[in-house]
Amino acid sequence: MIDQIKNVFDIAARSLSAQQVRLNTIASNIANAHTKVGDPAKAYRPLKPVFEAVMNDEQGQDGLATVAISEVVALNRAPTKIYEPSNPAADKDGFVYESPVDQEEELVEMLDASRAYQNNLEVLSTMRSLMVRTIDIGK
Amino acid sequence: MQVFKNALQLYSDSLGIREQRSKLIAGNIANASTPQFKARDISFKDAIDRATEEQKPVLKTHSKHFDINDEHIEVGYRQPVQAAEDGNTVEMPVEQIQFSENVTRYQISLSLLNKKINGLMTAIKGE
Repeated sequence: MIDQIKNVFDIAARSLSAQQVRLNTIASNIANAHTKVGDPAKAYRPLKPVFEAVMNDEQGQDGLATVAISEVVALNRAPTKIYEPSNPAADKDGFVYESPVDQEEELVEMLDASRAYQNNLEVLSTMRSLMVRTIDIGK
Repeated sequence: MQVFKNALQLYSDSLGIREQRSKLIAGNIANASTPQFKARDISFKDAIDRATEEQKPVLKTHSKHFDINDEHIEVGYRQPVQAAEDGNTVEMPVEQIQFSENVTRYQISLSLLNKKINGLMTAIKGE
C-alpha cells in the first residue's frame, strides 16, 4: 500500500486523508444519532476509525512516520431500548431500539479531528512556502 | 573549489538537517491521534557536529569491517512533559513550537546562505 515516505507531502497527504475518514465516520454517526429500529441487532452502531502509525522503514531508524487508518470498526454498544408503541417500526411489545451514539463524544471528536486536519495543513503550507523560497536561492 | 565549499558547507548542512527535522515533526503531528505512537526528534547540535567534524579515514584491514564515518543521524524519542493515557507521546503545543522554531531557523540559514552567495558573487564580479 505504502511505497516510501520521501518528503513532507507524503506525510501530510496520508495524514489529511486519515483525518478526513475520521470526519466522515463522525458525520455518519451524528446523522444516525436518532435512528430507531424494531430489531436490536439491526440498530446502527457508531463507527470508529483505528489509527495506525506507518513507519518509513521497519526498524524506524530514520524516524519518518505517517498515519493510516487500518480499519473502521463498529462499536459493540447496546442500543437504547425505548417504549414507543406509536412508532411504526416498533416490535410487537411496542419497543424501538435507538442507535447508541453519544453526541457529545462525537462533537468533541469532531473538534479534535478538525484541529488535527488544520495542523497538518499548516505544516504542509509552511513547508511548501519554504521550498519555494529555497528555489530562489542566490538570486 | 575548496573556497566555495568552505564558505557554503555549514549553511547547506544546516539546511539539510533542518529539513530532516521538519519531516520528523510533520510525522509527529500526523500521528497526534495514534495510540502508542512515540514522538521522534533529532538533536540539531549532534547532527551538525557530525556533519562538520573532520572525516578521518579509518584503516580497514578486513573486507567486512564497517565504515564508521557514515553520515547517519541518530533519531531519538521525545521525553513527554505529560504522557497521554493511550501511550502517545505527541504533545501538540510542543510539536507546534518546535516546528515553528525549526522553520524560523531554516529561514535564518537560508538568508545567511543567500548573503554568502551574494558576497561571493560580488567578489567574483569585482564591481
